[in-house]
Amino acid sequence: MQRSPATAPTIARLIEAFHRLPGIGPKSAQRLAYHVLRAPRAEAEALAEALLEVKDSTRLCGGCQNITDADPCAICLDPQRSASSICVVEEPLDVAAIERSGVYRGQYHVLHGAISPMDGIGPEDLKVRELLARLGDASVDEVILAMNPNLEGEATAGYLSRVIGAMGVRITRIAHGLPVGADVEYADERTLRAAMTHRVEVEQRDGGG
Amino acid sequence: MPRQRPIRTEAIVLRQRPLGDADRICVLFSPTRGRLEAVAKGVRRPLSKLSGHVQPLTCGRFGLAQGRSLHVITEAVTVESWPSLHDDVDRLTEALAMAELVDRSTDLDAASGPLYQLLRHSLGELAGTASPRAARWWFTLRFLDQQGYRPELDACVRCRAEVKPEGNGYSAADGGVVCPTCQGAGVGLRLSSPAFRLLRYMRRSSCDATAQVRVDADTSAELDRHLRLSMEQALDGQLRSGGFLKSLERAEAIGRSAASAAAEREREEQDRAVV
Ligand SMILES: [Zn+2]
Ligand SMILES: [Zn+2]
Repeated sequence: MQRSPATAPTIARLIEAFHRLPGIGPKSAQRLAYHVLRAPRAEAEALAEALLEVKDSTRLCGGCQNITDADPCAICLDPQRSASSICVVEEPLDVAAIERSGVYRGQYHVLHGAISPMDGIGPEDLKVRELLARLGDASVDEVILAMNPNLEGEATAGYLSRVIGAMGVRITRIAHGLPVGADVEYADERTLRAAMTHRVEVEQRDGGG
Repeated sequence: MPRQRPIRTEAIVLRQRPLGDADRICVLFSPTRGRLEAVAKGVRRPLSKLSGHVQPLTCGRFGLAQGRSLHVITEAVTVESWPSLHDDVDRLTEALAMAELVDRSTDLDAASGPLYQLLRHSLGELAGTASPRAARWWFTLRFLDQQGYRPELDACVRCRAEVKPEGNGYSAADGGVVCPTCQGAGVGLRLSSPAFRLLRYMRRSSCDATAQVRVDADTSAELDRHLRLSMEQALDGQLRSGGFLKSLERAEAIGRSAASAAAEREREEQDRAVV
């Protein structure tokens, strides 16, 4: 990034640090830096503390590999949750999203990425070995693959089905189709095909008419 | 600066990479303009109308606004999406290998109609074939021809002697088949008779006919090796997607050994419990 001689080196350093964050352009980086500069000292301290704490006190859960403060994490420890199914996701944020939906009460496994053949990212770069170790446990009888419906997700799900299939564990994959609020008219062929293939019965009311 | 006219072209999406929070950069391959990089805005949001039309391994008609460094996709309509390439991981892997070959070879902004036709035709064949691997071999052989690395299959690349099907070798560095005498002198790798016959058959036959040929595992591995070496010669480097192909080949064995390791652990635990 260009550094103007009018910017003090300490501010320039902060701007550069913000600019390195995902989704932050040079303009936003500048705005954030000057916001911190003008904010009360306590606010800046809280930010710095939160940054360091997240680095110092989080680790990966030895079970699900999610990011956690305590190992095993709260989800892995929860006795109310079923141990017989593991939902495999690409990223920690995917766990948070599925949890918000409130429909799933089993275990998770976070791969920390997806297979990307053209970038040379293979299964050995993900938490696949850890998943296979968990599946050896006789109590798991279903693995739900919840990868993104894109090429990397397809490659990952394809690979995992082959490995897990050979272990004799039942595998399902979350359905994909039209998202809520979408237009059928604008949907691409593959989405429509998926939506048609995974269509569901409409509940009929008894004794109508 | 004068406004540049928008680009309208048919193209195949070779690959994508994320850009910022919501966008992706798509690498498009057009018959008239070669390799183009263009931003697909907002395609990582669930309600994107563009998203499904710009997935890798999709052939579509695109409208692009020309930018200084990157174009921006303003319109995309799918022409062919070959769903079966995405439903089956073997097909997907071979399709990615094809796309990577094209991605690695094509010069930016160069018209490459024949290569485009070859890729489009081969993806279509791959989508319908029972033998994804044979479809990739068939594609690779023609790709090498088009790139000026046509493997010589009729005469020894060292001494020009006409070759018979038996006892030959294959030298990717020299560009083709080596006669038994030259192979005996240490040139190239062994080329078995079935692999040699299949290479010759592939050259004169359709993709579909090639896929009908029964090939045993040894011949298959041998052809993979020879064609990979020739490809590396043509590309001056290795294909990244080749690594996933190998992972996939090992996948079932990994699953089986994980299952037996778990069974072993369980037995040990039971034994301990008895003691
Ligand atoms: Zn956990
Ligand atoms: Zn010779």
